Amino acid sequence: MTLFDFIQRLLGRQKPSGTMAKERLQLVLAHDRSDLNPELLEQMRREILEVVQRYVEIDIEEGDVSLETEDRVTALVANLPIKRARPLPALVAAAAAVGMAQAPDPEAPQELALPLACEPEGDPSPADPD
Amino acid sequence: MDAVTSAPARIILICSGKGGVGKTTLTANLGIALARLGERTVVLDADFGLRNLDLLLGLENRIVYTAQEVLAETCRLEQALVKHKQEPNLALLPAGNPRMLEWLTPEDMQRIVAMVAERADFVLIDCPAGIEDGFKNAAAAAREAIVITTPEVSAVRDADRVIGLLNTRGVAPVQLVLNRVRPRMMASQEMLGVDDVTDILALPLVGLVVEDEQVIVSTNRGEPLTLNGNGSPAAKAYQNIARRLRGEDIPLEDPSKARKGLRARLMNKIRKTTGLF
Repeated sequence: MTLFDFIQRLLGRQKPSGTMAKERLQLVLAHDRSDLNPELLEQMRREILEVVQRYVEIDIEEGDVSLETEDRVTALVANLPIKRARPLPALVAAAAAVGMAQAPDPEAPQELALPLACEPEGDPSPADPD
Repeated sequence: MDAVTSAPARIILICSGKGGVGKTTLTANLGIALARLGERTVVLDADFGLRNLDLLLGLENRIVYTAQEVLAETCRLEQALVKHKQEPNLALLPAGNPRMLEWLTPEDMQRIVAMVAERADFVLIDCPAGIEDGFKNAAAAAREAIVITTPEVSAVRDADRVIGLLNTRGVAPVQLVLNRVRPRMMASQEMLGVDDVTDILALPLVGLVVEDEQVIVSTNRGEPLTLNGNGSPAAKAYQNIARRLRGEDIPLEDPSKARKGLRARLMNKIRKTTGLF
């Protein structure tokens, strides 16, 4: 370790390289094990964020969707700080986009329809569509 | 080696994914150590393209036949097995001749290992680097495996790939040897720690081998450390692996945490927080 590295570490600006090695390995192994390349993962991340954004306003910059791995089991972990919930009309439009509104709105953006496996609990609130 | 058999032979694949992490050195030393403990041991060099196990055992001038000739029935198995000079419980069987590439199939491997297993307690298969055909051939006959790695990102990543392949093949148990451990660098967290590697790979540890210059010396001489380098830390580590494989309970001590006494503990603490020396 050079004197410069040492000072950096005393100031808490640099992690020890062993710690960096572990973090980098955990990331790359999560990708290796899931067979998802970074490009596909990025696409999935964007699509997940799009879907979530229809329901709540999230901080895109802070949002993080990543693969984590422990004991050879890989999990998709999303950490999405919510700024605020969307107003009700937007929620209904979002529900319509995935085909769950009671009265589908023909104006709803159809290109966002994704094959979602899970459904929100309960009925979407009956609200004034304007 | 006599033909009387009791329990079925342990057939252990020694593999790593990455090259140069110590597979062949481990195979040679483990072979000697097991033989010294009275186990009839055969080490099989499955890396016939770039074979080196003969060189580490000092048997390079004594190879006449290989598994290839045994399978072709141009010689008997006894003729192809090269007995070690000082350790008659150990024999080497090269899989093939470097000039005859592409002859070995997984079925060939299963046949030859079955023949060898009839007259041995332990069969250690030295696997080639990589995860392609060489690995698949070598793994075809293995019942259990030892994955060897070093505390470096590339070696751990490649080991992880190999572990995945062993799991899908149903090879079990798979145990881990961590090689070239540098206690000081681990203590100052400038190297992946023992716990880091076992956490990431999620395998039980069967051995820790510290970086030891004597390994190079013994390789130069063609005399594995377990043959006469009893004082060296690596020799001790290899002997312990052999004993653990036989079911002995020998505790594993993380050398980066091994210092005892107040002064040593204080120094460790300082080292950890500052990363100095």
